[in-house]
Amino acid sequence: MAAAVIEAKDLSLTFQTADSPVYALSKVNLTVEDGDFVSFIGPSGCGKTTLLRVIADLEQATSGSITVNGLTPQQARLARAYGYVFQAPGLFPWRTVEKNVALPLEIMGLGDAAERVKRNLELVNLAGFEKKFPWQLSGGMQQRVSIARALAFDPKLLLMDEPFGALDEIVRDKLNQQLLDLWARTRKTVVFVTHSIPEAVFLSTKIVVMSPRPGRIIDVIETGLPRDRTLDFREAPEFLKLAHRVREGLKAGHSYED
Amino acid sequence: MKTERGQALPVLVVCLVLVVVWYLACIPMNAVVAQARIDAAGGGLYATLTESWNHTRPVIPAPHQIVVELWNTVFMIAPWKVKSLLYHCWVTLSSTLLGFVLGTLLGIGLAILIVHSKLLSKALMPWIIASQTIPILAIAPMIIVVLGAIGFTGLLPKALISTYLCFFPVAIGMVKGLMSPDVIHRDLMRTYNASAGETLWKLRLPASVPYLFTSLKIAIAIALTGAIVGELPTGAIAGIGARLLVGSYNGLTMMIWSALVAGSAMAALLVWLVGHVERKTLARMGVRT
Amino acid sequence: MKGLRDLLAPALLGVIMIVAWEVACRAIPIPQVLLPAPSVIAAKIGGEVPLLAYDFFKTVLQAVIPGWIIGCSAGLAVALLCDRFDFLRRGLLPLGNFFSVLPLVGVAPIMVMWFGTGVAPNIAVVVIMTFFPMLVNAIAGLQASSHLERDLMRSYNASWAQALTSLRLPAAMPFIFNALKINSTLAMIGAIVAEFFGTRIAGMGFRMQTGFGSMSLDLVWAEIAVAALTGSIFYALLVLAERAVTFWHPSYRT
Repeated sequence: MAAAVIEAKDLSLTFQTADSPVYALSKVNLTVEDGDFVSFIGPSGCGKTTLLRVIADLEQATSGSITVNGLTPQQARLARAYGYVFQAPGLFPWRTVEKNVALPLEIMGLGDAAERVKRNLELVNLAGFEKKFPWQLSGGMQQRVSIARALAFDPKLLLMDEPFGALDEIVRDKLNQQLLDLWARTRKTVVFVTHSIPEAVFLSTKIVVMSPRPGRIIDVIETGLPRDRTLDFREAPEFLKLAHRVREGLKAGHSYED
Repeated sequence: MKTERGQALPVLVVCLVLVVVWYLACIPMNAVVAQARIDAAGGGLYATLTESWNHTRPVIPAPHQIVVELWNTVFMIAPWKVKSLLYHCWVTLSSTLLGFVLGTLLGIGLAILIVHSKLLSKALMPWIIASQTIPILAIAPMIIVVLGAIGFTGLLPKALISTYLCFFPVAIGMVKGLMSPDVIHRDLMRTYNASAGETLWKLRLPASVPYLFTSLKIAIAIALTGAIVGELPTGAIAGIGARLLVGSYNGLTMMIWSALVAGSAMAALLVWLVGHVERKTLARMGVRT
Repeated sequence: MKGLRDLLAPALLGVIMIVAWEVACRAIPIPQVLLPAPSVIAAKIGGEVPLLAYDFFKTVLQAVIPGWIIGCSAGLAVALLCDRFDFLRRGLLPLGNFFSVLPLVGVAPIMVMWFGTGVAPNIAVVVIMTFFPMLVNAIAGLQASSHLERDLMRSYNASWAQALTSLRLPAAMPFIFNALKINSTLAMIGAIVAEFFGTRIAGMGFRMQTGFGSMSLDLVWAEIAVAALTGSIFYALLVLAERAVTFWHPSYRT
């Protein structure tokens, strides 16, 4: 078996604030295998975004260990191991769509930028929009540009932080389907943060249910679903069973009471 | 000067009211100098108006008198002669522009230093702000003379006053602009392992362009004011400021007013120019218009 | 404790600058008449307290403060009129923007001609210089409340005055304070420059000019130091007042 892409052991992160320490992550153990689609789900403050940011070396853990591709997160970041998609598109408003996708290529000094930009814009169904500026695109299209940007330098790992959280549900469903196709085609490893149960169940091979105060993992569900599923799958009994288990997990974490 | 729809008529009305008030104000204000002539002409409305509005050394000149004076000093005299207003405009303009360029570069440089060093930002920022509470304009003439005494003469001393005034709005605006990118943008550059230089060049500087232009419009106006006040000390023989001073000492009302109008026209023109470059640049950068 | 540390860096830089100035004055033969050392200026300030105080009274208390108050109040009053009558706003705002970029100190000789000797022309210059920044900022501030908030006021059927006092005026406060701060510097400049043209026989600008004529540069620099200190204190007081009034503004949240 291939080595795990992400391996976290007893990972903890404490923020020191003025009044009291905040335990954002507490003794988190997690393994993400190559080709997995892993979702972190939980209420606000459960540390799901923090965990993703630790993987990306945007935050540093206070104790425990974590490896990304067998390296420390910092080494992995320096090796440009992952593409990151944020909650907001975060496109540069003064750059056209193609220039936005080319940004990481410019910084990393990678060649054949034109070909990579073209390929990745096609991947997110945005061929023909190269010369547009971000404000000329809808929110969903902007987020697709940001996915193309994350894929532009062909990282094996894609980290996504509630990428569709700001979009309406109709657009979100469509993008979920597209993301799934993209994942099936590119064979990337995806780590996906969400607070939507249907989204997590629909997309994932593995669902990590988290709970706040302190931020911890309370359940890990292997979905074992086929790769080629469509939106209709959401009415299937397996889907509802999985969704139910996630909901029960969230409830057990007392997440919404306090 | 943003143009808004439907403001042409209101502006026209307000201007018209101002002109009417101006002409009316000329009558009582110029009475001091004009009353004797009005009486000599036999009084009456016609004499009152013609004498009040056409005195050669009025307390307040009528608008048309200023127009005539401007016409005579701008178009009727060769621009390289000392009597031409254009010559004085050019003297002031050249030091304004030099000071503006130096001040802008200094302001941008300081801002870049400040956003990259916490220590520098802590040590410098209070002094940058404090530097502006010193009424530098008020002491500008002294500075010119001091610099002149130690060998700096000509364009540079005046330009340095403008530089001092310019750098502040540019530095403050650019610090704001360079800090303006979202956390998301900065995190993104981090995930790319971009160097500070790349982040500056690809993210911070483009993001700060709108802030820069807002500052530049303030800076160019204040640079002009600085150049004019820098021309006030005795000894300055050319420039808008020198015209103001000479006019003031010799009671040449028309000279003061025409210099003031010329200075204002230059200010408006310069600010408009910066605004024009701003619109062109922002349009090229894809900002929604 | 943290505040103290924040003061340390700039204070240190200030000390370094003054020491460098002093050392430069002693090491390089800069003529004392042109750039006196800080110690010489400090001695002059200590020796001329009554004269400096008298000039401070003449310039700051008689011209700067009254002119600043009149100019700012007038600007605010006209801005309120503009807020009430939209036609006026559309007519005056472009002109206000235009006038606020003009080199208005230039009106000083005209004011001297109109108002003669005494303090009146100096106040007039300060009024003219401070009027337009306040007008433009206050108009912008009165427009700063969002549509949502204004719709809320409409839903209450609030009168213009009610909406003004409970919504638009508080929302305009950051803008108004911005103008007050800009104007504090402009007022100092206006009053001192006006004295260059005027025929007053006391005041900071007058003293600078005559001190210059008689080559007593230490006195000029002493006046400059007083002016700088006054300007800084004026500004600092406004910052404190601003914090007290607009404490709700996002820029103060930590």
